[in-house]
Amino acid sequence: MRHFLDFEKPIAELEGKIDELRRMSEPNGINIAEEVARLTEKADKQLRLTYAKLSAWQKTQVARHPERPKASDYLRALIADYTPLAGDRAFADDAAVLGGLGRFEGRSVVVLGTEKGADTESRVKHNFGMARPEGYRKARRLIELAGRFALPVLSFVDTSGAFPGIEAEARGQAEAIARSIEACLEAPVPVIAVIVGEGGSGGAIALAAGDRVLMLEHAIYSVISPEGCASILWRDAAQAGAAAEALRLTADDLKRLRLVDAVVGEPLGGAHRAPETAIAAVGRAIAAELPGLLALDPVALKARRREKFLEMGREGLG
Amino acid sequence: MNWLTEFVRPKIRTLLGRRDVPDNLWVQCPACEQMIFQRELEKALKVCPHCAHHMRAGAAERLAWTLDEGYAPIELPKAPADPLRFRDTKRYADRLREAREKTRHDDAILVAPGTIEGQKAVVAAMDFEFMGGSMGAAVGEGLLAAARLAVLQDAPLVVFTASGGARMQEGAISLMQMPRTVIATRLVKEAGLPVIIVLTDPTTGGVTASFAMLGDIQIGEPGALIGFAGARVIEQTVREKLPEGFQRAEYLHEHGILDLVVPRAELKATLARLIGLLRVRQIETAAVDATA
Repeated sequence: MRHFLDFEKPIAELEGKIDELRRMSEPNGINIAEEVARLTEKADKQLRLTYAKLSAWQKTQVARHPERPKASDYLRALIADYTPLAGDRAFADDAAVLGGLGRFEGRSVVVLGTEKGADTESRVKHNFGMARPEGYRKARRLIELAGRFALPVLSFVDTSGAFPGIEAEARGQAEAIARSIEACLEAPVPVIAVIVGEGGSGGAIALAAGDRVLMLEHAIYSVISPEGCASILWRDAAQAGAAAEALRLTADDLKRLRLVDAVVGEPLGGAHRAPETAIAAVGRAIAAELPGLLALDPVALKARRREKFLEMGREGLG
Repeated sequence: MNWLTEFVRPKIRTLLGRRDVPDNLWVQCPACEQMIFQRELEKALKVCPHCAHHMRAGAAERLAWTLDEGYAPIELPKAPADPLRFRDTKRYADRLREAREKTRHDDAILVAPGTIEGQKAVVAAMDFEFMGGSMGAAVGEGLLAAARLAVLQDAPLVVFTASGGARMQEGAISLMQMPRTVIATRLVKEAGLPVIIVLTDPTTGGVTASFAMLGDIQIGEPGALIGFAGARVIEQTVREKLPEGFQRAEYLHEHGILDLVVPRAELKATLARLIGLLRVRQIETAAVDATA
């Protein structure tokens, strides 16, 4: 059973009808192909119309869709010989941050990802994608490992943010994030980050201060969640829609502000409707970026990455 | 590189010009609720003489308390005002204007080169009074300017932090100030110069999770609230009562996150001592130059 978002109701109804017709026709042998085709076309059109003009708040819901492909799905599909590496060498392994070695299109790489989990059990295991200091310290360790062996770093970001907890604070959550950002910026190897779902504030930038930052069409990337922003500035969490709009958190906005480098198109109706297509598109986008970065020597690469971030925010939407 | 030419032009505005507070004013300590004579409080660097509570201080006060006489804040590079045309219950442009009127500063940071007990330093101070010390592009530019000036003058960088975190009204632009300010610390460190961060009440969110945790030396003021996540958010998430003294400077010191917790009255001397101890290389080079 597909999970439908509120604004997808008309599409859900059409698709429900199509399913019903198909079920009816099978045992009776009635030819309803024409009717099914007509309804399918109508549903597609509805889907296209809806997804062509999603509001920032609707995109937030799509970005958080429970069936949206997770970091682990990208790793599984795009990385061969994936060998997970665990731990920060100091305290623990954080399952919210996936990381390890593998091959992307034959080339050895270090991969990182914030993992939300796909069902109750795995969500709890991965702490809903909210990393603790150990997670960011693991990321830093693996980025440094990548540097030692001249391996590019690929990072798949999908997190509502760093975990806000007592122990996380006691073990230096802020320091862990700061060092992870620093590790991204200092890496002598290409760092490509893809915001695949939610890019939640410091917990996202910790793994996304890269040479190239790609963003999926319906992903969001923000300094604070729309709900959090609404409850602070509007003093009313119900204003999340207005906050989402004001924060300019969509891929188009971020591209326009030159805070991300490229937007990767999603299949019609969002990545959750055709995960393989979405994942393949991300794979192609990474493959397109990598050669240019690999051609640069480490000094030039780092200098260019720095320059890119230093240029950010110099101009607004105009 | 127009920030370079700006450096030599000190701000015309006098910093402490509006501190003509009537002498008979009494202030109540927010911690012990005792009444304190205003002039006595100023003399004690805004530390309660009864309970030693460290009250919040503005950026101008920080500079005055830290630098030797004769310093002047520099004009900072301009950042685009209201880049997202952000509006909540109020327009960001209006919030900015009000904050500027209230604090008489352009944004939430001041930067001044000078000396600390005779030792060269560039000091940057954040101002919590200016929109909660929040970090947007202007604060990022300010820190970068401070870092570049430190490198240019071969001086250590001292930063006083006071911030609720990122400035939401600048959306992801404010988020990008995290990597940008991390780069600022790198510039100073790569020049072989010390970065000393003094975390004051309160320092949270994106500021803590970027440059504020990357000092060579991390100092906290007594009782200062320092953390990543807000206490309320943590309580709601973990549904537990927060431990006594949670996210206070002493707590961070105990947990190995701060090097020192230094009372305000000893801060200037401590900074001077640390700079002197760290800058052996510079002193030795100077000695070699002198004998050559």
